Parts: sequence; C-alpha cells; structure tokens
Amino acid sequence: MSVNDSSVTGLLRLARLGVGELEGVDLAVEPGEILCLSGASGSGKSRLLRAVADLEPHRGEVWLGELAQSAVPGHRWRRRVMLVPAESHWWADSVGEHLAEPDVRDLEALGFDREVLEWQVSRLSSGEKQRLALLRALCCEPSALLLDEPTANLDDATSRRVETWLVERVHERGWPVIWVAHDRAQIGRVAKRHLRILDSRLVEEEQAAWT
Amino acid sequence: MDVIALSWWQLALAALMVVALAACTAVARLGMSRSLLVAAARTVIQLALVGLVLEALFAAERLHWVALMALAMLLIAGREVMARQKRRLLGGWAFGIGTVAMFLSSFTVTVLTLTVIIGPEPWYRPQYAIPLLGMMLGNTMTGVALALDRLTETAWRQRAVIENRLMLGQRWQEAIGDIRREAMRSGLMPMINAMAAAGVVSLPGMMTGQILAGSPPALAVKYQILIMFTITLGTGFGTLAAVAAGSRRLFDGRERLRLDRLAVPRQ
Repeated sequence: MSVNDSSVTGLLRLARLGVGELEGVDLAVEPGEILCLSGASGSGKSRLLRAVADLEPHRGEVWLGELAQSAVPGHRWRRRVMLVPAESHWWADSVGEHLAEPDVRDLEALGFDREVLEWQVSRLSSGEKQRLALLRALCCEPSALLLDEPTANLDDATSRRVETWLVERVHERGWPVIWVAHDRAQIGRVAKRHLRILDSRLVEEEQAAWT
Repeated sequence: MDVIALSWWQLALAALMVVALAACTAVARLGMSRSLLVAAARTVIQLALVGLVLEALFAAERLHWVALMALAMLLIAGREVMARQKRRLLGGWAFGIGTVAMFLSSFTVTVLTLTVIIGPEPWYRPQYAIPLLGMMLGNTMTGVALALDRLTETAWRQRAVIENRLMLGQRWQEAIGDIRREAMRSGLMPMINAMAAAGVVSLPGMMTGQILAGSPPALAVKYQILIMFTITLGTGFGTLAAVAAGSRRLFDGRERLRLDRLAVPRQ
C-alpha cells in the first residue's frame, strides 16, 4: 500500500511539539489507541489539538506513521489527521450538503435516519449538531482523530451511546485518537492512558482500578 | 457652438446660496453648517488647484508629466482604498494589494482604450488621458475598497466556519470560496447598478458635461457607453486581482487562517 492511501494509518507521534505555554511535548499514540487529555480550561488542550492538526503555527513536528506533517500540504494533512472541534460550524443550508454519503449503520447508531440529510442546519439542536459533526468528520475517512470534548452537549444516555459507537469505530479502523474529556468516568471507560495538563506540562494520571 | 463662459462673480452667486443654506441649518440647529462650509471650501480650493495643474499639463503635453500626474493619482487612490477598510491587512499589504490591483487594471484598460479605441494624437494627449484615467481610478478605487473591506470583515466574523472547513481537509480556496464570491459581488455591484440605471434614472456626468460643452447627444452617448464599459472592465479586473491577492494573504503557506495579519479597527 502506498503512503498516500487514506486507509493507511499508523503511529501518531508528537516530537518536541510546542504551542503557546506548552513546550517540548513528546507523545506517541498507537493505532487503535485512545489517549485522553484533560486539564483546566485555558490550559491549552484545544491549542495542542489545533497544532497537531496544523491549524496554528507551532514548533516541533508531528508524524503519522512515516508521514511528516511538514512534508504534505496543510489540507492533505488535515484530511488525514481530522480534528472535531467542541463547537461545530456549518456553512450550507441543509445537513446533506456537508456530508458525503454516510453509512446507514452510523446514522442509526447516532439516533438518526436518512431523512436527517434533508434537515435544515438552522433547526438543529446543539446536541444534534455535535453528533452530526462527528459523523461528518468520519465520512471524510481520516487516518487519525483529534476529538475536543465530543460528548459535551449530550445528555448521559446519548453520551454513552455516542461513546460506545466511537470506541467501536476506532477499534475497527485502527485510528490513533487524542480525546479531550473532563468526565473521569468517561475517561475510565474509553482510554487506556490519561494525560493531564498541569502548569504547562503533561502529567500521566493513574487510571482508576475498576477499568 | 462654444460653451458660455463663467466668470468668478457668477460662481460667487452660487457660493452665496451655499452660505445661505449653511446659515439656515445653523439657525435650525441641525449641526451641519460647519462641515458643509468646509466641504464647499475644499471643492473650490482642490478644483482650482487641479485646474492650474491641468492647464500646465495641457500646455506641456509631455509623456513624463502625464505619467507623473497618473502616478500621483494612483498613490492617492491607494491610500484611500487603505483608509476605507475597517480591518486592513498589516505590513503595507492593504496599500500594496489595492494599489497594484488598481495599477494593473486601470492603467492597462486606459492605455488600451487610448491606443486602440479612441486613438488621439499622440496617444497620451492629456485632454483624453487624464480625465479617462481619473474616471477609471475613481470607480476602480470604490470597487476595490468595498471588496477588500467585505473580504476581511467577513473572514473575521466567520473565522470559526472557515477553520471548521479547513479541519475537514478543504483547501483554503474552498474554505473561503463563499466569502470571495460575496466580496466580488460587493465590489462589482455599484458598477452593475450604474449601468442598469444609466440614462433611465440618471444622466451620467460625463455625458451631461459633453452635451453642455456643445457635443451632439449621439456622440456624447457613444463616449458614455465606451466609458461605462471601460470603467466596468477596470473595476472588474481590479476587484478580481484584489480579492485573489487579499484572500491568499489571509492564509499562510500551511493553509492556516491567519487573522493576526489583520489590523484591529480603531474605535
């Protein structure tokens, strides 16, 4: 398989990455591994994700398998290392104009059916927007995921449902994932590793015993 | 037929009526009299000066003097484009992009019109070159300024949308495509409206002037059509160039949106 094939994934590796207050971040996320990131608001979690997606000027390098971030044009890198922001934005009128043919199984798992494609964006609730933003990102067939509080606007039941669906897909496709989360219980359920940003450094957190 | 000469005392009568208007607004406490008088005084001084310059220019009829005048007009228009933008590009780019866009479009179209279409002898004859360039620059300036202002202002307001599109792997051209179209539209709209209303709602100034100066209306109409088309060409290509360069400048080599390249508006 060629390096350009979008189905190819690999180790997501941050090498001496620096953005804002954070400096010299070295991190590796295995294919299929979910790494949770937490920290006080304003500690730089979102900026770190933006730097990994190359949306913000930063120091250091990011690797996806053999592919270096600086070796490909910005849009090609972001298509493979997909960032889903905490708040999604929509530019066209209907949902369908933003999504390439979604899988019916995915639609159902998120509690939608094919009719959602006809819906007007202006009438979506924040929870619906959040779920559809996840679906929209996954439809682009990325090779790695960066999730910024993917279940922040959802009630507990929906949150669990989305979480289960995401974890399933991640294992199935073998994406390396960095997942920003606050809820300790959720972190315990989805992540093998949990890092916290404390005073501009990444600190490894003990995982709760019952996971 | 010759134009009826105007003497200064006749103008003074008209000026007196402007002063009367200013007095009326002052009595009614509408607070407009001061700016009205200042603007009227500016008109007199600026036009008198430009009249002197044009007299000298027409007498000399030298290419380098015409070129110098054209350059001065271009630089003043460039400054005006920059001043009319609320969030302009930093580092001289607002002035540079506007001026280069106006230079490329206005100058090319003016020179082409003079050499190929009208064909005065010599081609840079100031009676033709300077008024033509003046009308081109004036309208191109408005188009470029409106388009760049709309581009930077909308990009600023829709930052989150543009970035979300970038996150989904869109190219920068695609991510700002809608905004570019809107900017183009606001730059070209005044000229399209002017063409649509010409003759029906408004009699264009140049045509009116020619008729007053004794030209037959049929000839004045031909000149007006030519001017409308050349102005549209100048505005269109100028706006196109300015929007292309301006939107490119909003992104860096990694296709990131760089709003830190825009100035914070003064309050």
